[in-house]
Amino acid sequence: MAQDDSGKSASSADVSAPWGEDLDMFLETTATPEPLSFGKIAVRHILRDRLTLIAMGILLTLILLSVLAGVISKEVLKVDPNSTDLLITFDPPSSEHWLGTDQLGRDQLSRLLFGGRISLAIGFSAAAVSMTIGISIGLIAGFFGRIVDDFIMWFINTLQSIPTLFLLLIIVALFSPTPFWFVVVLGLLGWMGTSRLVRGEVFSLRERDYVTAARALGASRLTLMLRHVLPNAIPIVIVITMIDVGSVILVESALSFLGLGVQPPTATWGNMLSNAQSYFHLGTHLVIFPGLLITITVLCLYLLGDGLRDALDPRLK
Amino acid sequence: MRAYVLRRLLQAIPTLLGITVISFSLMRLSPGDPVDLLTFNPKMTRAARETLRHQLCLDRSIAEQYIVWMFGNDECDTKGIVRLDFGDSLYDKRPVLEMIAERIPATVELTGLALAVGMLIGVSAGIYSAVKHGSLFDNLTRVWAVIGQAVPVFWLGLILILVFAVQLGWLPVGGRYTLNLQSDKDFIDHLKHLVMPVFVLSTGWIAVLSRYMRTETLEVIRQDYIRAARAKGVPNQRVYFWHAARNALIPLVTILGPAIGGLLAGAVITETIFSWPGMGRMTIEAVFQRDYTLLMANVIIGSVLVVGGNLLSDILYVVVDPRIRLS
Repeated sequence: MAQDDSGKSASSADVSAPWGEDLDMFLETTATPEPLSFGKIAVRHILRDRLTLIAMGILLTLILLSVLAGVISKEVLKVDPNSTDLLITFDPPSSEHWLGTDQLGRDQLSRLLFGGRISLAIGFSAAAVSMTIGISIGLIAGFFGRIVDDFIMWFINTLQSIPTLFLLLIIVALFSPTPFWFVVVLGLLGWMGTSRLVRGEVFSLRERDYVTAARALGASRLTLMLRHVLPNAIPIVIVITMIDVGSVILVESALSFLGLGVQPPTATWGNMLSNAQSYFHLGTHLVIFPGLLITITVLCLYLLGDGLRDALDPRLK
Repeated sequence: MRAYVLRRLLQAIPTLLGITVISFSLMRLSPGDPVDLLTFNPKMTRAARETLRHQLCLDRSIAEQYIVWMFGNDECDTKGIVRLDFGDSLYDKRPVLEMIAERIPATVELTGLALAVGMLIGVSAGIYSAVKHGSLFDNLTRVWAVIGQAVPVFWLGLILILVFAVQLGWLPVGGRYTLNLQSDKDFIDHLKHLVMPVFVLSTGWIAVLSRYMRTETLEVIRQDYIRAARAKGVPNQRVYFWHAARNALIPLVTILGPAIGGLLAGAVITETIFSWPGMGRMTIEAVFQRDYTLLMANVIIGSVLVVGGNLLSDILYVVVDPRIRLS
């Protein structure tokens, strides 16, 4: 499945084929198409993939909005997310409070923006932690093989056998982590998939001729790993990390919803829903919007992951 | 074949040991003295403490304690978790196993139904959308497959409660039965309580399965034996549902096993939203009551189910598909 040079097979899709598919496949392996870098091919592919572009656009907007949460609340909405006003509790959306107010009269939109900051930050940083661990352990397992690999695989299998939510519940119950440690724990529990992937990739890549050539030239193990094998594994890692960010956001919101994640008054989308649960007959808008934002964010991340997979992994074409 | 099964069984042992080691270490790493947790009595004398410590074998080395906890020891008054002695609940002071046994039926009922519904809808939707490749139905299924995985379970549950229980009043908000004397055996009442939790728990499952079955069926349709069947003049319907679907179902076995553990984790949230009196909700209660022994027992049982499920699906895969057995 992965015999031909990735660059060629990817760019041949760009060549229109008036001669039919069979000949095109023949050309794919023999003719030299115009030389395009891997990055250019990927960018071109994404620019033509409308769904991925939309997902990316929405995601960037959400990130921008939550990064600028402070400025937007102050300048545009003219509200403070933490100021309470008991005269306007459970107000439905209005021109003053665009998405209404909660049980303490706080403006929901500005709280959603600030909550998004936390939820997105936790998602991305935990995924970054698990990506780093995943890559390192995957590389080590793939390169050292034998006992090291056996041990790592045993550890991965064991950790993957314990349902992640259960592990998180124990850790939360035993240690009641602060948001920082919460991110670390989420990262520590999410690296196994990445490791498996990287390990598999290393196994198939290290037998390639170019790696053998590099080894013959006297390249050290570290050079082989970091310069010759890792760059080829990066695309698939990026894909899985995007999907991981989505899963982390889901898990974080679930824990916060259960009252075990980030604690109030710090708003996250999850604990805003947990709040809303107690009053939802009074304020429907409090239930709808936080969940909608979680769904949209995770959906966009998954779609982006899918789109990147198509763009970055030429073998899937 | 027998060698393969034996090897797979042996491979599960280190994993199971690893799970117990991780659980045990987490327990011991936790802040606080186990004796304090057990007695909750600050006035206890030092001597009494030491006696209790000795009786529970907490004065032995960590390695010894692990072995006692695992395999039991008469002096320490435990049969060990290999003989299902998970100790007493720190909160209720009853045997953990007894408490879990009370909750199992509710969870099995909920997850079993959700699995059945999920498989029925997911598999048929997946096959049908592969057959009608590119149609409106196919596109809708694909959209649903992505959305179904992105929607937070608890939010979906809340929205359903809001619409069907609060606004329309068609279904009960939660629980397993309506709490009055007659309704205990009322089947319709029970079904009404099941509708929303089963739907919520099966949503993600439908999404995963339909996506999976669609890919598999599309893969199988391209095979030579399908073309051969067509060439023989077998009608389309029969080609799809007899020749293609049956073969596309085989790889399903591989995701069913791991799904068991996933369902249990999903049940934690679903049961909490709908106040369903099962193991999942008990796990959350244990977290809030800091009932470590109960929590640990749930985690170990959940993990053993995952290992067992994986084992089962690996073995079934070989049993079901002769092509793999022969190669």
